[in-house]
Amino acid sequence: MRFEHPATFNPIDQLKVIGHPTSRIEGPLKTTGTAPYAYERHDVVADQAYGYVVGAAIGKGRIAAIDLDAAKAAPGVLAIVTAENAGKLGKGARNAAPLLGGPEIAHYHQAVAVVVAGTFEQARAAAQLVRIDYVKGDGKFDLAAERDHVSVPDPKIGGPADTAIGDFATAFAAAPVQLDASYTTPDQGHAMMEPHASIAAWDGDRLTVWTSNQMIAWGAEDMAKTLGIPKENVRLVSPYIGGGFGGKLFLRADVLLAALGARAAGRPVKVALQRPLMFNNTTHRPATIQRIRIGAERDGRITAIGHESWSGNVSEGEPDMAVSQTRLLYAGANRMTATRLAALDLPEGNAMRAPGEASGMMALEIAIDELADKLDIDPVALRIANDTQVDPEHPQRRFSQRQLVRCLNEGAARFGWNKRNAKPGQVRDGRWLVGMGVAAAFRNNLVTKSAARVRLDQQGRVTVETDMTDIGTGSYTIIAQTAAEMMGLPLDKVVVRLGDSDFPVSCGSGGQWGGNNSTAGVYAACTKLREAITQKLGFNSEEAVFADGAVRSGNRSVPLAQAAGAGDLVAEDAIEYGDLAKTYQQSTFGAHFVEVGVDADTAEIRVRRMLAVCAAGRILNPKTARSQVIGAMTMGVGAALMEDLAVDKRHGLFVNHDLAGYEVPVHADIPHQDMIFLDETDPISSPMKAKGVAELGICGVAAAVANAVHNATAVRVRDYPITLDKLLAGMPV
Amino acid sequence: MRSFSYERATSPGDAAAAAAATAHAKFVAGGTNLLDLMKLEIETPAHLIDVNDLALDRIEETPDGGLRIGALVRNTDLAADRRVRRDYGVLARALLAGASGQLRNKATTAGNLLQRTRCPYFYDTNLPCNKRKPGSGCAAIGGFSRQHAVVGASDACIATHPSDMAVAMRALDAVVETVRPDGTTRNIPIAELHRLPGDSPEIETVLQPGELITAVMLPKPVGGTQLYRKVRDRASYAFALVSVAAIVQPDGSGRVALGGVAHKPWRVETAEAELPNGAKAVSARLFADAKPTRDNAYKLPLAERTLAAVLREARV
Repeated sequence: MRFEHPATFNPIDQLKVIGHPTSRIEGPLKTTGTAPYAYERHDVVADQAYGYVVGAAIGKGRIAAIDLDAAKAAPGVLAIVTAENAGKLGKGARNAAPLLGGPEIAHYHQAVAVVVAGTFEQARAAAQLVRIDYVKGDGKFDLAAERDHVSVPDPKIGGPADTAIGDFATAFAAAPVQLDASYTTPDQGHAMMEPHASIAAWDGDRLTVWTSNQMIAWGAEDMAKTLGIPKENVRLVSPYIGGGFGGKLFLRADVLLAALGARAAGRPVKVALQRPLMFNNTTHRPATIQRIRIGAERDGRITAIGHESWSGNVSEGEPDMAVSQTRLLYAGANRMTATRLAALDLPEGNAMRAPGEASGMMALEIAIDELADKLDIDPVALRIANDTQVDPEHPQRRFSQRQLVRCLNEGAARFGWNKRNAKPGQVRDGRWLVGMGVAAAFRNNLVTKSAARVRLDQQGRVTVETDMTDIGTGSYTIIAQTAAEMMGLPLDKVVVRLGDSDFPVSCGSGGQWGGNNSTAGVYAACTKLREAITQKLGFNSEEAVFADGAVRSGNRSVPLAQAAGAGDLVAEDAIEYGDLAKTYQQSTFGAHFVEVGVDADTAEIRVRRMLAVCAAGRILNPKTARSQVIGAMTMGVGAALMEDLAVDKRHGLFVNHDLAGYEVPVHADIPHQDMIFLDETDPISSPMKAKGVAELGICGVAAAVANAVHNATAVRVRDYPITLDKLLAGMPV
Repeated sequence: MRSFSYERATSPGDAAAAAAATAHAKFVAGGTNLLDLMKLEIETPAHLIDVNDLALDRIEETPDGGLRIGALVRNTDLAADRRVRRDYGVLARALLAGASGQLRNKATTAGNLLQRTRCPYFYDTNLPCNKRKPGSGCAAIGGFSRQHAVVGASDACIATHPSDMAVAMRALDAVVETVRPDGTTRNIPIAELHRLPGDSPEIETVLQPGELITAVMLPKPVGGTQLYRKVRDRASYAFALVSVAAIVQPDGSGRVALGGVAHKPWRVETAEAELPNGAKAVSARLFADAKPTRDNAYKLPLAERTLAAVLREARV
């Protein structure tokens, strides 16, 4: 199905199932521990052996020699795979650094060997006996030091390295009020609960991998490419995923090493990345240095806005597109952005929840707060004054929907923003200095092809199959809701099967595109199934109504179970998009309001209240969507106050590489969270009239916290995370 | 993890004797720290002596009006004990500030005292660490040292002791009771239990090989207002950046011990004479010989401010 024109009334608009706050259909499996996650698939293949990964002990350099004798002689060892004996390996299109290093070492904890043994304990013990001599190379690990030695990248996504509209330099110089400030964001880790984990089994030259991966087709394709085997010979299965956040978008070392280990051992092999490896072995959100310049009239109207960003990556790695939102969020005739990339030898930087906007909004939305201070204008009012209903770079392009102003106004009213004291450092509650902060939320809505297959059986059940994944987001549930709505069935008559490369290729889970696109693909397949049913029954498809488990036309009504007839009725289709994403700018909007307390003695920061108001198209399931947003708000608090992969610039690694050292919020850090969705349907985005929502929730949160800290203390921190050491000097004596 | 042999001890004396008689033996109780370290081969005992069956899990009143806390009393139970809550509030508060509920259910009194540093360089076997591998150097010096010691450290090691409980015990002048492999017992004032790193940071206590902690004794209650304030980046389940255990008497005299600043709970008795003069005066004495790194210099003003807050609270 091609989606070329704005959606009109369709079966989804009935909202009998869609739009209802529905609990996860797979929830009972998860709460009872019976949802089968990759590492626990003891049932799928017999005789599984265990692989333990050896990570490189240096940040840059090469392996001089490997001595495997002691490890091979250890009890239970079946095989050891290194780059020396792995055979020729290719590299996936989406991997920068090779997943199996050696002799060249690209980054710390790059996998250099997998030791396969009969038990996990044997593999782990033997892995410690692998002796590797390294020759340390001169690595570059310091982004700030490389700032003046950068290249102009050619980003694959997120726009060109340089953009310019009007005459930024002249307009900025002429502006009566100017802000010129620099901000930094640190490297951040996904730190998901479930580690990267895979079981690989060979059947002749065919490989099956049970794994934890957000993008099945990408993974299968890159696995085949890395191993140099036909894509048809690779099957990836990933029905349940214990968190991804972008860290599982790509083929990673666990999959490759399980496959290589299984081939070497002649047995199925399971590999889970050890927790201490996860931060340096896998990808992370790269650190940024950002400079923002804004020129404004005294009434607050922005006349010039410029955003530059520097980040680093390994060879072939991409820059963080922190400037993306600045091209679209606020009006202003004169604009520029610039993205620069430093060659660093730290682990590979890549996507993490809302790549680009997450880092960019951390800086931009402090800058707007600072500008409001300079103008002596309320920060909510300043944002409203600079709203735009068109793409500021291409004024003929309208936003498909843009309710930023309503989000801000509604949020301000609900949060009690009028009680905020505009003068910082004035409000005391016992030992706490109290402040409020606001930030806009912005994240683009991405549309991409997504396919599904639906099968009607003789019991009147519809089974949906698509390689879409559920990374904790609620995909199972919204897909079931979509099929139920389309076919006129109750939810319990829909079976959803996800995450298998044998199924039609979906959009996968990433970039907050999963919900809208995967359900639109199911919509397309169900539309085809409806046609097949009406055709089979001789109904006029225009008049047929699918409701209450039956299809009705005129005074004829046939139960769906009967419509299937002797065999199953199967339909497969994909949603494919025309030019609507070009003719309209599709984005999602919100406003974050935060109240913090800062301990007047110790400068400890504790969030007291949070509110998010989001406008993100039709909300397919308010319950799971809310969970996504409050989870993202929590992650935003982490980004604001604690998450920081500490770089050792001598040894070239993230030092705090476990969950004791890399702090993320615990329950005690998260106060009552309110979040509301504005009513919105966006017929430009898809037949579902929905948009992404999961990443919108993080964009701007950290800046709202930062602005609240400033309001509480009068101390402006421009380097994340905002920890107490950065506030102490400015605290009351 | 290396292979190891395992036995269950039936008496403290036998446990100590077995530990001395077996090469590379270690005691295991709650295992909340040791097992993690064994999996990473930071600890590589050849033999584990499980002391959980020893009858050391009781809290008893002593003839002099104090408490004798068995080495195996779990942190949760100790914090909940009515007598501890009533007479040793600083200890109950410190315990509840530490770790998580699940860990406190497993962790024991003696094990808490003997837990090892959480310096991230200690935890990465690829990197130099004099505590893990004597003579290899200290990667924390010149590295990421935001959490590290500001006082009492050495050129060999700037690690901190991570315990909250031990800081309160230090303020209470607790005494550690041990049994040695020859069956003799001794009492070690907690002030002397932990060592500063010096040239041998791998040796963390004065315990001799095989020596087993059997109890911790608290002197009779000293009264006063007893507070424990732990400062950290997140609200729970994090090690202290700085912590303050304070016992303040109505006349303004008292005791303070600090956590998160040194290789051992940090108490300087002569500094306590300055308590009536305020936190600044006390801090000046506590940190007279401080040598912070660039990353952790904030701990000095933070400690002073935290101490000031605690003293203010104590006097309300």
